Amino acid sequence: MPKIKLSQRTIEIVKEICLSFENNEGELINVLHEAQHKLGYLPAEVQELIAHELNMSIAKVYGVVTFYSFFNMLPQGEFPISVCMGTACYVRGAEQILHEIKRQLNIEVGQSTPDGKFSLNCLRCVGACGLAPVVMVGEKVYGRVAPQQIRKIIAEYQEGCVRPEKHEM
Amino acid sequence: MADYKMHLLVCGGTGCNASDSEQIRDNLLTEVEKHDLNDEVQVVMTGCFGFCEKGPIVKILPDNTFYVQVKPEDASTIVEEHLIKGRKVERLLYKDPENNEPISDSKHMEFYKKQVRIALRNCGFINPENIDEYIARDGYAALAKCLGERTPQQVIDEIKLSGQRGRGGGGFPTGLKWEITSKSVADQKYVVCNADEGDPGAFMDRSILEGDPHSVIEAMAICGYCTGSTKGLVYIRAEYPLAIQRLKTAIKQAREYGLLGDEIFGTPFSFDITLRYGAGAFVCGEETALIHSMEGLRGEPTFKPPFPSESGYLGKPTTVNNVETLASIPVIINKGAAFFNSIGTAKSKGTKVFALAGKINNVGLIEVPMGTTLREVIFDIGGGIKGGKKFKAVQTGGPSGGCLTNSFLDTPIDYDNLISAGSMMGSGGMIVMDEDDCMVSIAKFYLEFTLDESCGKCTPCRIGNKRLFEILDKITKGLGTEEDLSRLRSLCKVIKDTSLCGLGQTSPNPILSTLDNFYDEYLAHVKEHKCPAGQCKSLVKYTINHDKCTGCTLCFRNCPVGAIAGEKRAPHTIDNSICIKCGVCYDKCKFDAISVS
Repeated sequence: MPKIKLSQRTIEIVKEICLSFENNEGELINVLHEAQHKLGYLPAEVQELIAHELNMSIAKVYGVVTFYSFFNMLPQGEFPISVCMGTACYVRGAEQILHEIKRQLNIEVGQSTPDGKFSLNCLRCVGACGLAPVVMVGEKVYGRVAPQQIRKIIAEYQEGCVRPEKHEM
Repeated sequence: MADYKMHLLVCGGTGCNASDSEQIRDNLLTEVEKHDLNDEVQVVMTGCFGFCEKGPIVKILPDNTFYVQVKPEDASTIVEEHLIKGRKVERLLYKDPENNEPISDSKHMEFYKKQVRIALRNCGFINPENIDEYIARDGYAALAKCLGERTPQQVIDEIKLSGQRGRGGGGFPTGLKWEITSKSVADQKYVVCNADEGDPGAFMDRSILEGDPHSVIEAMAICGYCTGSTKGLVYIRAEYPLAIQRLKTAIKQAREYGLLGDEIFGTPFSFDITLRYGAGAFVCGEETALIHSMEGLRGEPTFKPPFPSESGYLGKPTTVNNVETLASIPVIINKGAAFFNSIGTAKSKGTKVFALAGKINNVGLIEVPMGTTLREVIFDIGGGIKGGKKFKAVQTGGPSGGCLTNSFLDTPIDYDNLISAGSMMGSGGMIVMDEDDCMVSIAKFYLEFTLDESCGKCTPCRIGNKRLFEILDKITKGLGTEEDLSRLRSLCKVIKDTSLCGLGQTSPNPILSTLDNFYDEYLAHVKEHKCPAGQCKSLVKYTINHDKCTGCTLCFRNCPVGAIAGEKRAPHTIDNSICIKCGVCYDKCKFDAISVS
């Protein structure tokens, strides 16, 4: 993966987060939560910085980041799509839903569309089993989804975010 | 709650929330204000009512009217008709599936009739963000009783006498667990609430935390008093933002009321609670893994003994209890061990919360006495199988449990019966399956989950489950042989016997139970290369019967991938190289012209 250079602002944010947990190694997971919340994802460079601040090895930080499914090392799309793969959704056809989204967006689970608009992930149980199968786009929950509806749901976001062409300053 | 004449309770559980229940509340508030009823009517967002299938739910007190599937635009009708004119809005009432008669009081619905609510006693009754409402329903009375009138040992004895066992799945006696920690000598001890509900399809703990967070806080303080701990930690999934927010609010209110903090009720006992966030790892439900995760490490389990009760968080004695276990504690103290003990079976006392989901009419959260049969749960409370299909199996215990068939329907549910039936209680997920579900695929689904969630520390779980998955994958693709079935069995046994923690020791259960109960289905896959349920994609083919097809184009219009071609009023055909086997055409066809083979 190509190296990215963290901006001064990002470095400050990460350092502040670490400091707010007193640079305590035992608070690593809380630090990572906070960093991901603020930065969106946790690239290798951020992990290196956190390791340095908490005075622990990069391997340990990486070990924790990759262990937990909640942490992302890749940037998420503008509209992250999550398909619930809990058992209740599975028996009500979540697999077909996932297949259809993959087909429509032409990406695999864990990837983003080239324009950065959508990313696709699976999650384990939203807790809305009464609405199975469930798809989440950002924070919005779509319940009782049928494969035929996918095109419409995606279009909602695609059309909703057609913005006037941007000009580079 | 005394000042208002009427209360409108709006369900704020996850399911109803996803169906715009916040908008319903806001609209009701606007309507109430519009008609100048602010002083008489209170609109409250509560926790989960349990009847998720019919959500969003609005309940009106004092007349107990239970409105189902309410839409935000129904708010004005409810206020104008029910509140002002005193007429019930009939179209929003629940209809009895038997005779289609409207039922307005939830007490008379089959879904609620057989339920006994202990852990869920306040869910759907109180505003979880208002401590006064919890206190009005005997909240913190149990803590006051313990601190004021009883020694820690007396409280432990009461819990032991109640016969309560851990609701997280293991079923370890709660009182005994507390006693071990209380007898351990250390300068600091901890109380941990395990709210890392990772079992897919289970949402009991989440609903309790969202609907009644104070019951958990109160119980943790009682546990702290009994075990001699001053610090409590709640390990909660970061994926549960609403539960986290409500818990934070509740902790803050409890501190303001002096129910957490130093010298509670003027006694020397001090106790406070902080939150720790999980980050999505199923194995962290295992207590040693959970403790490592709280310490900021990878959530890998370690060998027991030493048990956390002796050496846990930061090496100190730690009591780890599940959310549901804790939520019942105040009731045991308030109503006495004998009350709790009188409910249930010989070895499993009290009630159990289940998240009922899958192919069932009444999806929802239920609480029943131990010893209720699966039949009562599925057919009486659950209202039977969706779409009039045939019941095939019920899966309990999540990825660690098994699939039970018809022959187990009359088994009373308790820890020991479920284990001897080849499944387990688990945390309380109950997924119902019908004739369209392929049991080999279900076993594969669970294995895929285990594979994803195995922490990788011990070899049997890391590599063994991968091999199991590969064999199942082969079978569902029609490439399996009969030898594969015996290989599955022997590998399952090795993994069960040699894995380090509960995850690996139970991961083969979904395979073993389906092999035992649905061997014919496995045989059909390996011998005839057929999937009897028509679910394994590689083994099914949809075809249109040209004699029956009228060319109505319904299938053509509904096919999401454009695999169907044909002219209007002429027989259509399916291109199997494009078909994703979603079955939409089959469901849509009105002429029975599409067949699955």
